[in-house]
Amino acid sequence: MAFVVPKETYNGKVCEVEIGTGPRAVKIGGEAALPFLAFEGPVPNRPAIAYEIQDVPPDDWPQTLQDVYRDVSADPVKWAKYCQDELGAQMIALRLIGTHPDRQNRSAEDAAKTVKDVLAAIDAPLIILGSNNAEKDAQVLKSACDAASGRNCLIGKAQEANYKTVVASAMASGHKLIAMSDLDVNLAKQLNILITQMGFDKDKIVTDPMSSALGYGIEYTYSVMERIRSAALFQNDQTMSPPMVNDVGMYVWKVKETMAPEADQPSWGPVADRGIGWEATTATGFLMAGSDLLIMRHPKAVETVRKMIDELV
Amino acid sequence: MLIIGERINVITKAQRQAMQDRDKGPIQEMAINQVKNGAGMLDINIGPAEDRGDELMDWIVKTVQEAAHVPLCLDTTNPVAMEAGLKAHDNSWGRAMINSASGEEERLNMMMPLAGKYGSLIIGLTLNKQGIPALAEDRCAIAAEIMGKAVECGVPMEDIYLDPLIMPVPFSQEKSLESIRAIRMFKELNDPAMKTVVGLSNISNGAPKTLRPLLNRVYTALLMYEGLDSAIIDPLEREMIEVIKTVDILMGKTLYAHSYLEM
Repeated sequence: MAFVVPKETYNGKVCEVEIGTGPRAVKIGGEAALPFLAFEGPVPNRPAIAYEIQDVPPDDWPQTLQDVYRDVSADPVKWAKYCQDELGAQMIALRLIGTHPDRQNRSAEDAAKTVKDVLAAIDAPLIILGSNNAEKDAQVLKSACDAASGRNCLIGKAQEANYKTVVASAMASGHKLIAMSDLDVNLAKQLNILITQMGFDKDKIVTDPMSSALGYGIEYTYSVMERIRSAALFQNDQTMSPPMVNDVGMYVWKVKETMAPEADQPSWGPVADRGIGWEATTATGFLMAGSDLLIMRHPKAVETVRKMIDELV
Repeated sequence: MLIIGERINVITKAQRQAMQDRDKGPIQEMAINQVKNGAGMLDINIGPAEDRGDELMDWIVKTVQEAAHVPLCLDTTNPVAMEAGLKAHDNSWGRAMINSASGEEERLNMMMPLAGKYGSLIIGLTLNKQGIPALAEDRCAIAAEIMGKAVECGVPMEDIYLDPLIMPVPFSQEKSLESIRAIRMFKELNDPAMKTVVGLSNISNGAPKTLRPLLNRVYTALLMYEGLDSAIIDPLEREMIEVIKTVDILMGKTLYAHSYLEM
């Protein structure tokens, strides 16, 4: 008797969200099957990867990572163009980390100018991220949204503490929105409900479950993502159907395995390879849990993950 | 659980009048209102509709689906009207449901072939010429006859919704437990489990008005615990919807969030 592949049946599907404008616009989500199981249901889009850049030089990144962008990272416009034109970035994620009160405390106006300049230099879709200071992000993201009007950006992150202002800004300028809750599937659902109750279209939300690096709680992120995805696909839960994004680089490039010099940890091997491996492995874990969009830092890690996606799809 | 809204019904005066006058307004308004309050399907009860029933069904199906984008549960004993409704039904939002076939030979022979022909869902009432059997076991025997006829007509088991029939607790108290037992037994008649449906409000028929909502709600919770898949109810009864949503949460069918009642 011939072998018949057992197939799962699904009741729901993930929303498809388009980011950017023109021929370089990127669609994420839309799948009606678990990750990489295209034989069970339609998977119209591959997971996308965005290169992370910052509005200020990345002094706090590990040296091996800083070195990659040494010639461009003093200027976010140059940096964005480098990622788009030299590295072939599908998307760019601009983190306005310099606006954080504990960093350079750049003003919302300065941030808006950076956004404008970067957008003028690239045609790849742009993700605009605040500094993760809920209070400051409310102002910064409002100005950033205005500055990016008409470019269909992905704005982040709306959190429980600031979602009202961030949602209103994204809605007013016609952007997509990242909704992030703290590693809790029920809070993720609640936030999506609150956001849609403000009149924001659920088809414009991308869920950030809150990422954690390999060795530093990735299993929590993984299981929250699994539960989000199974609510969408098996229970047809409309509030849980947005695609998922993982902010990978930010959590990976601060753990000791990506920073400790070989002199201190001879058995761990060269620090440069270690960091790349750590980022690629963490990202791969998220892909297995259903990630639709990865925000990453190291070109070699991006390349590794891209290859894996191409082979698995 | 699938909520089938019962409010478009020839029994109520306003709806009957609107049907007679072919007045879209009140019917569409009731359709939208029920969907907004949680109905995933709408029951369209035009009664026996002996006079030009096919025209009425065709008109009302199109009228309702013009306003509410959900599948419909077509409720008439007139097979000509039923077929007109199935023809008119727009399957973009799900397949139509036939309400209903039963163990009565004539009705079964009329309705089940329609389900096969139009690929629709169908309710099977577990009663026959002798009425509703007292024991759940005997209702299962009728269910088996309905399932047999379905096989003959090419209707898949998962398209059948078995109805154990709910009896009023003021007149036949012992039957309320028997219908719960029947739900449990119906589920075991097939693998994957057979689907089930009830016309819920009959449980409180004849009880004082103040008691009826409470009887309806608690009985719903008990039936849901046994795996009830769908119920024909009034979605405008807010507390009933809250009980259904809460049982779905407690049984792990929907994901909890503080605002789950608002969804």
